[in-house]
This record gives sequence, C-alpha cells and structure tokens, in this order.
Amino acid sequence: MTRHKLLKQIGFYALVVVIVVFSVFPFYYAVVTSFASGTALFRVNYLPAGFDLRNYQAVLGSKNFLYSIGNSLVIATATVGLSLFLGVTASYALARVRFRGRGLLLMTILAVSMFPQIAVLAGLFELVRFLGIFNTHWAMILSYTIFTLPFTVWVLTTFMRDLPVEIEEAAIVDGASPWIIITRVFLPLLWPAMVTTGLLAFIGAWNEFLFALTFTSTESMRTVPVAIGLLSGASEQEIPWGPIMAASVIVTVPLIVLVLIFQRKIVAGLTAGGVKG
Amino acid sequence: MTDPIAGRPGGPSLRQRRQRAAFWFLAPMLFALLCVAAWPLARTIWFSFTNTTLSNLYGGEWIGFDNYLSMRTLSSGRVVWRGTLVDPAWWNAVWNTVRFSLISVGFETVLGLIVALVLNAEFKGRALVRAAILIPWAIPTIVSAKMWAWMLNDQFGILNDILLRLGLIGEKIAWTASTETAMTAVLIVDIWKTTPFMALLILAGLQMVPRDIYEAARIDGIHPVKVFFRVTLPLIKPALMVAVIFRMLDALRIFDLIYVLTPNSSATKTMSVISRENMIDFDKFAYGAAQSTLLFAIIAVFVSAYIWLGRVDLGGEGSK
Repeated sequence: MTRHKLLKQIGFYALVVVIVVFSVFPFYYAVVTSFASGTALFRVNYLPAGFDLRNYQAVLGSKNFLYSIGNSLVIATATVGLSLFLGVTASYALARVRFRGRGLLLMTILAVSMFPQIAVLAGLFELVRFLGIFNTHWAMILSYTIFTLPFTVWVLTTFMRDLPVEIEEAAIVDGASPWIIITRVFLPLLWPAMVTTGLLAFIGAWNEFLFALTFTSTESMRTVPVAIGLLSGASEQEIPWGPIMAASVIVTVPLIVLVLIFQRKIVAGLTAGGVKG
Repeated sequence: MTDPIAGRPGGPSLRQRRQRAAFWFLAPMLFALLCVAAWPLARTIWFSFTNTTLSNLYGGEWIGFDNYLSMRTLSSGRVVWRGTLVDPAWWNAVWNTVRFSLISVGFETVLGLIVALVLNAEFKGRALVRAAILIPWAIPTIVSAKMWAWMLNDQFGILNDILLRLGLIGEKIAWTASTETAMTAVLIVDIWKTTPFMALLILAGLQMVPRDIYEAARIDGIHPVKVFFRVTLPLIKPALMVAVIFRMLDALRIFDLIYVLTPNSSATKTMSVISRENMIDFDKFAYGAAQSTLLFAIIAVFVSAYIWLGRVDLGGEGSK
C-alpha cells in the first residue's frame, strides 16, 4: 500500500516536472542562445556556454529596434488609456442602469470581441488611408480598440454588476449626478479590475501583429512584433539568430515580470472574460 | 466632459435621468466600436462585391458575386467557373484552417485538462508551477514563433539534436520548410503557447466544484478515475465548453504564428493568411475581401453557437 502510494507520488511529481520543463524550456533556450555568438551559436548548447553580450549590443545599437520599443510603448499605453476611459463610463451604464436592449447590446459587444481581425482589415485599411494616419501611431491605436475595448467593457461590467446597490444609493440620495457617482464612488472601487483589464489590454496591444504589419510601411514605425518578425538576414542561411534571440529576450522579460507580479489578477481577469460570461 | 444631467429639481424622474445619463455614457464607446468594427466590416463586405484594387481604393465597380463565384460560357460551349469558391488555393486554406483548429484545440483541451487537474491538487510548489505555465502565455506570439523556429531549425536546432540523440529520428528534419512537417511544427508551437490559457480556464471551473464531493467519493471507496468521469467532468462541462469555443474562434482566425513560422508554405496557409496575401501582397484587394468575408461568415456561425450553447446570462437579470 505504501509502496503504491510512493509510486503515485513519484508519478505525480514527474508530471509536474514535465509541465514545468516544457513550459519554461523554450524561453530558457532563447536566453542561452542570446548570450552565445560566433561559432558557439551553431553548437547545440544545453547549458549556458558563455556570457557574450555582442548580440545585445547589436540589437540595442540599432536605432530602428529602439524606435520599435518606443512605438510599442506609446501605442500600447494610448490604447489602454483610451479603452479604459471609454470602458469605465460605458460599463457603468451597462452594469448599473436598467434600460431596454441592454442584453442585446452586451451580446453585440461580446460578438465584436470575437471578430476575426482579417474581416475588418480591408475596411480599416480604407479608413486609415482616408484619415491620413497610415504609417503613424494613430493607425494602430485606432485599430487596436477593436479587441481591447469589448474586452474591457465586458470585464468591467461583470465586476461592477457584483458591487452592492447600497454603495450607490447613498450618493443618489445625496443628489449626486451619475458622473460624480462614477468618479467618486465607483472609480476607487474599480482600481483592481482596471489594473487587470489594463494589463491584459496592454499585453494584447503589445503583441498584436496583423494590423501593425499592414498599417506601417517604414522600418522606424514598426512595432516590436513586426520588427522581430521581419528581422532577417541577406539570405535564408544568414538569419541573425543571435540578435533575434536577444531582441526576443529584451521584449519578453518585462512582460514575464509583469505577469508574474500580477498573476492572481491576470488569472482572475482571464476567467472573468472567459468562464463567467 | 461636462455633466449633461446635473440635478434639475422637478424635472424628469430619477429613473429617466439615469437612463438618459446611461445613453451619454454609452455613446462614446458605441461610436468607437462603430468606427473600428461595424463600419470597416460593412466596407469589407461591400468591397467583396466590387473589383477594387489596392492602388485605387475608390475606383472599384460593383461586380456582384464574381469574386465568390461566376460562370461564363465560352463561345466553344465550354463552361468556365471562376471565383474563390472554385479556387483550389482557397479550399486548401480552408482545409488547413479546419485541420489546424480541430487538432490544436483537441490537444489543448486534453493537455489543459491534465495541467488543470495537477494545479487543482494541493502540493508543495504549486504556486511555482502556476507561475511557470504563465510564461508561454506571456510571451508574444511572434517571439514564440521565432524562439521555436530556432529550436526547430534543421541544421542547428536543439529539437533535432535531442531526437537524434534519443535515436527517434535517423536524420535531421527540416521542420518548418518541409511540407510534410510544417503543419506539425505550427501545431507544436500553438499547443505550447495556448495550453496554459486553456488550463487556467478549466482550473477556474474545477475550483467551483465543492471539495466535499471528492471527500464523499473517497469515503465510499469509488475509484478516482470513475469520480473524474462521473462527477468532475459533468460539473466542469459548461466551463470546458466555453473554453473550447473561445479557443476554437481564436484558432480559426490564426494569422501571426503561421505568417512568421512557415512563411509562404502552402501546407499551413490559413484563411486569414491567404486573405491578407491577396488583399495586400497580390493586389487582389476585392478578392481578398471576399475571402475574409467568408471567414467572417464561418466565425459568425460559431459565435451564434457559443451564445446558444453557453446560454449566457447577458443582462445579469438572473444574478440579481
């Protein structure tokens, strides 16, 4: 019996180890590769072979890559700001005020969040050209709201709906206007939900590829994913793997740190968007 | 923003005032969604019935269904069908997309369920495991595509090295370049990247199952496997279904991973990839618009299925 139990324990922990190794290994290997250069790059190293910073110097020395980081930061921050502003006011109305067609409206918003982005690409391309914002930050800020805004509204609405009626009642009795109620009563309570949705929207905007690829034309306007995706050498044999891995590590480490710090909030946000419905 | 309904004593009732305020709070969000979603979608569908080109966006003429399907009888009496519905490249993309979606979501569901069950058990280092599985999710898709492209590299890739050392393969495989393995390569990366998301959604469902059920089953001496299939699985089915459909919708529109990992490979080209290629790269803007309209129609069917299956409590009427 005890032996059976021990075997079971061992099996369980073996499974745990497999899960952890499988999850972490690709990133570990990217880090190992990013510190190797020259011929060391073309030997398969399971363990760190050295500490060569040349790949990082190459990446950080290139102006366009630094521009890309700047572009991504500006675009993702502006997208988050815009969706949170529009999302908080809208979700107050959707969560706290009863009106006809509310269910239908929420359903439409949910449906928009499931849009295939390619379906709006042609129309957005025309709009971006029409507004004269092709190859500017605005093209991305505008187009990214299609996936950040529905998600933000949805999660904030679920969150706000669960807050007790009483907190609002006192303010209504005092004659506070809805705008005051939102900014004075709800906003302080909403911070946790806003951090979650803001973070998820930021990650979504930071990672987006299709729109950024289509709506930029110069190297200095590229966002980070496009810059990394299109980083290539003169030929198939000359793909600069070292610098690509260094660039990958540079843009991934902050994300991983953020995700690990806020992991509870992120998991809560993901499941609110997904399961709770 | 000024307050449009500052207290007006003796005016409309509180309820009416709140509803009017609600309208003004909703208006900016609705306007934004109209601009970035409804209008571009309508334009895409309109473009799909024209012969618009990328270089001349406003010069398109209405050509009806010709981008989808048209029939022309030649003077010789031979009938020629044209349009995306008889385009082998399109049907190849449809088949690739369906195959990719079904296999990836299938694997992700099973693996996600296993990971979720592990995380639902109490053991030392659980927090660490949960942190570890968040890493693939946190890594941008493009970055993971590049990381794996390097690991799957035919000459210097570590995967070939491992498989060779283990004696599982005789010679190095060109994972991403060969048409036979390109889809497998894409599947491996996608499963690696999205299983954590699936696991977390399923875990949320598992945590809603009351613990005393397991306790009761244990006391009754029921085998854990039987408990899983008879008790756990039915209880988490709603959460599982939602997670599957969510992932399915995501898989059907996949673009970035395939565009970067296996560029120009007909073995992996999906509907999104081929639409964009026609639209932007081949200057068949309207033709690409027709293909993306078809993809939209397919996904719309899935969304309806989601809403119907999930019977989502959208207005929150049930919970109050």
